[in-house]
Amino acid sequence: MNDDPVFKALADPTRRLLLDRLYERDGRSLTELESDLEMTRFGVMKHLRVLEDAGLVVTRRSGREKLHYLNPVPIRLIHDRWIDKYTERRVSALADLKHELEETA
Amino acid sequence: MSTMVQTNVQVYAVFIKASPEQIWEAITKPEFTSRYFYGSLVDSTFEAGTAYRSWSPDREKLWVDGEVLDSDPPRRLSYTWRALYDEETAGEEPSRVSWEIEPQEGGVSKLTVVHDQLERAPKTAENVAGGWMYILSGMKTLLETGEPLTS
Repeated sequence: MNDDPVFKALADPTRRLLLDRLYERDGRSLTELESDLEMTRFGVMKHLRVLEDAGLVVTRRSGREKLHYLNPVPIRLIHDRWIDKYTERRVSALADLKHELEETA
Repeated sequence: MSTMVQTNVQVYAVFIKASPEQIWEAITKPEFTSRYFYGSLVDSTFEAGTAYRSWSPDREKLWVDGEVLDSDPPRRLSYTWRALYDEETAGEEPSRVSWEIEPQEGGVSKLTVVHDQLERAPKTAENVAGGWMYILSGMKTLLETGEPLTS
């Protein structure tokens, strides 16, 4: 899968700020998100669109409103790509240690 | 660093290079769930009104108990969720898990999980937040490479 849209979406301070806002409180409308920023409604919409295309924001309809949710899964996938083998090793090292302690006990 | 305020609706989505049918199988067959869902074995006919259950790998403990609310293979599935694997969450009111599978271009499907109705299950909300990410990431790896994330 292509990670480029994720990195491009994260490479902008306004978009990171929008993600911070959703991290603080998820499920916000455009109007709510827009009130935090000194930017036109159109500008915020454009940024949200980039985040949505990258899969970092997912929208759901709730009545007449469109609510925005932070989707951390693409970041988790990036994490798994480079970090996972280290955490894996630590987990197995702990398991080995436990095994060894139990053997000698 | 701000602390995350847990909301009563959690939404997770992932693009997987697989057909909706393959993803449906991964959600509904124990031989698949055992490879990405904490080793758990799903147990249900996936017909509305029937039980949704998920067992520990040794089939000794019931980990999740619920009821299928809505089932439209291979596009939509919704069931109630009581997390029995944790003492703190076991006593809470049931919440709701919904899966949506939407085919995209190029043999890719968008899989969305919505975990909601968490108003009276705050411990569950806290408990599943990292879990769904791990599960979706694991399912993607399994379907795209045939290998589970952790062997």
